Amino acid sequence: MRKLHQLFTACALGAITLAGSALAAEPAKDLTGKQLAFDKTKGNCLACHAMPTVPDAESPGTYGPPLIAMSARYPDKAKLRAQIWDATVANPSSSMIPFGKHGVLTEAEIDKVTDFVYGL
Amino acid sequence: MKQKIIMKLLTGMAGLGMVLGVATAYATPEQDKQDLIKFYASKFPNVKLEDYVYGALALDPDSKAQYDAIMEFPPFDSQVEAGRKMWETPFKNGKTYADCLPNGGKQIAGNYPMFDEAKGKVVTLEDVVNDCRVANGEAPFKISDPKTIGLLGSYMRTLSDGMIMNIKVQGPKAVAAYEDGKRTFFSRRGQLNFACASCHVQNAGNHLRSELISPVVGQAVHWPVFRGGDTLVTLQNRYTGCFKQVRAVPPAEDSAAMNNLEYFHSAMSNGLPMKASVFRK
Ligand code: HEC
Ligand code: HEC
Repeated sequence: MRKLHQLFTACALGAITLAGSALAAEPAKDLTGKQLAFDKTKGNCLACHAMPTVPDAESPGTYGPPLIAMSARYPDKAKLRAQIWDATVANPSSSMIPFGKHGVLTEAEIDKVTDFVYGL
Repeated sequence: MKQKIIMKLLTGMAGLGMVLGVATAYATPEQDKQDLIKFYASKFPNVKLEDYVYGALALDPDSKAQYDAIMEFPPFDSQVEAGRKMWETPFKNGKTYADCLPNGGKQIAGNYPMFDEAKGKVVTLEDVVNDCRVANGEAPFKISDPKTIGLLGSYMRTLSDGMIMNIKVQGPKAVAAYEDGKRTFFSRRGQLNFACASCHVQNAGNHLRSELISPVVGQAVHWPVFRGGDTLVTLQNRYTGCFKQVRAVPPAEDSAAMNNLEYFHSAMSNGLPMKASVFRK
C-alpha cells in the first residue's frame, strides 16, 4: 500500500507543496534529523512550522505553531516523539500528518527528527 | 457547520481515510453554505462575500494586483479563441453545440452539475456536451482532456459569465448524491491523512509552505483555470491534483464519486457569479 501511495505521488500534477516524489528519496541515504525535517518527501515540517532559531528555515508555513524552546516545553522527550508519531492522539482534528502511524517516516527517522526538534 | 461542527466532522473521520457513518444530521445545501460563510467571516472579517470568487487572491492584495494585471491581457487568449472555433464548427450533420444544449448553451454553466432524474445521477456540463456529441453522431471527448473538451469549455463557459451559481438539490436521490460529495469533502484520506476540509476549511487563509490556502466558498465558479498562464486545468483535474498531494488514490474523473464531489463543492458557491477563464499560478 505504501508503494502505491508513492507511485501516485510520483506522477502528481502541477506544483506539489506537500508530497514530493518519495521514490526519488528511496535509496537509503543517511539523512540527518535536520535533513529529514526539511526534506519535502520526508518530514517537510517547514510546510507547516516556522523554526525561528534555525537561520535557513525559509518561508515556513503557518498550519502549526513555531517550533521553538522545545526542550523546555517538552521536558519528556517521549511526549514530543508521540506528537510527531501521531498528532491526532492529542488533538483528533489535528491537521498534522501522523508520521509514524501512517509510515511516512520510519521509527529510526522519527527518532532523528525528535532529537533535532528537541534541540530547537 | 459552525467551528465546533466542522471540527467534529473532521474528528469523526480520523483514521485511515475511511469514514463510516459520519454523524451529520442532514442540513440543506443553503444551511451548509451559510455555516461555512459564517465560519470564514470570523476568520476574514474584511473580505467581502463577492470577493471569494478570487480564492486565495482575495486574502492577498499583492497577488490580487498581479492577477488583475495579467487578466488585462490574458496569456491564454489564443486557447480560448481555439475553443471558440470548436464551439462554432458544426458537426458532420450540420448541427452545432448551440442547437443541442439548453438555451443555446448561454447562461447555463451555473446550473451544473445537475441531478438528472432520468439518469438517476449527477451530470456535469462536460457530460452534457458529450451527450450532445453522441446524439449528433460524433465520438465523445475524453473526459477532462485539456486539448479537446477543456479548450471547448474555456470558451463555452464564457457564455455563462455573470450567471449566478444555482445548484439545486431536490428529491431523495439528489440529496443522497449531495451527501456523498459532502462526505468525500470532509473525509480524511491518503497516507498524509487530509480531508479537503482540513485545508480548505480548517486552514483556509494559512500558508502551506508558501501556498496561501483558499476557502471552499467561491472555488467552483471560475473554471477552467490557466496555471502559469497557459496550462489549462479543469475543476476535476484540480481535485485529482489535490487528492494526489495527500498521497491518496484519486477517484477517476467523471466517476460518481468525482461528480458528486463537484455537486457538493459547486453548491457551496451558490449565489456567486460565474467567470471563465482565469489565471492561476
Ligand atoms: C500539514 C501540517 C503539518 C506538518 C507537515 C507538520 N506539522 Fe507539526 N503541527 C501541525 C499543527 C496544526 C500543530 C498544532 C497541534 C495539533 O493540531 O496537533 C502541530 C504541532 C506540532 C508540535 C507540538 C507543538 C507545540 O507547541 O506543542 C510539534 C512538536 C510538531 N508539530 C512537530 C512537527 C514535526 C517535527 C514535523 C515534521 C516531521 C511536523 N510537525 C510537521 C501541523 C503540521
Ligand atoms: C494538503 C492541502 C490540501 C488538501 C488536503 C486539498 N487541497 Fe485543494 N488546494 C491546495 C493548495 C495548496 C491549492 C492552491 C492554492 C489555493 O488556491 O488554495 C489548492 C487549490 C484548490 C482548488 C483551486 C482553487 C482556485 O481558486 O484556483 C480547488 C478547487 C481545490 N483545491 C479543491 C480541493 C478538493 C476538492 C480537495 C479534496 C479532494 C482538496 N482541494 C484538498 C491544498 C490542498
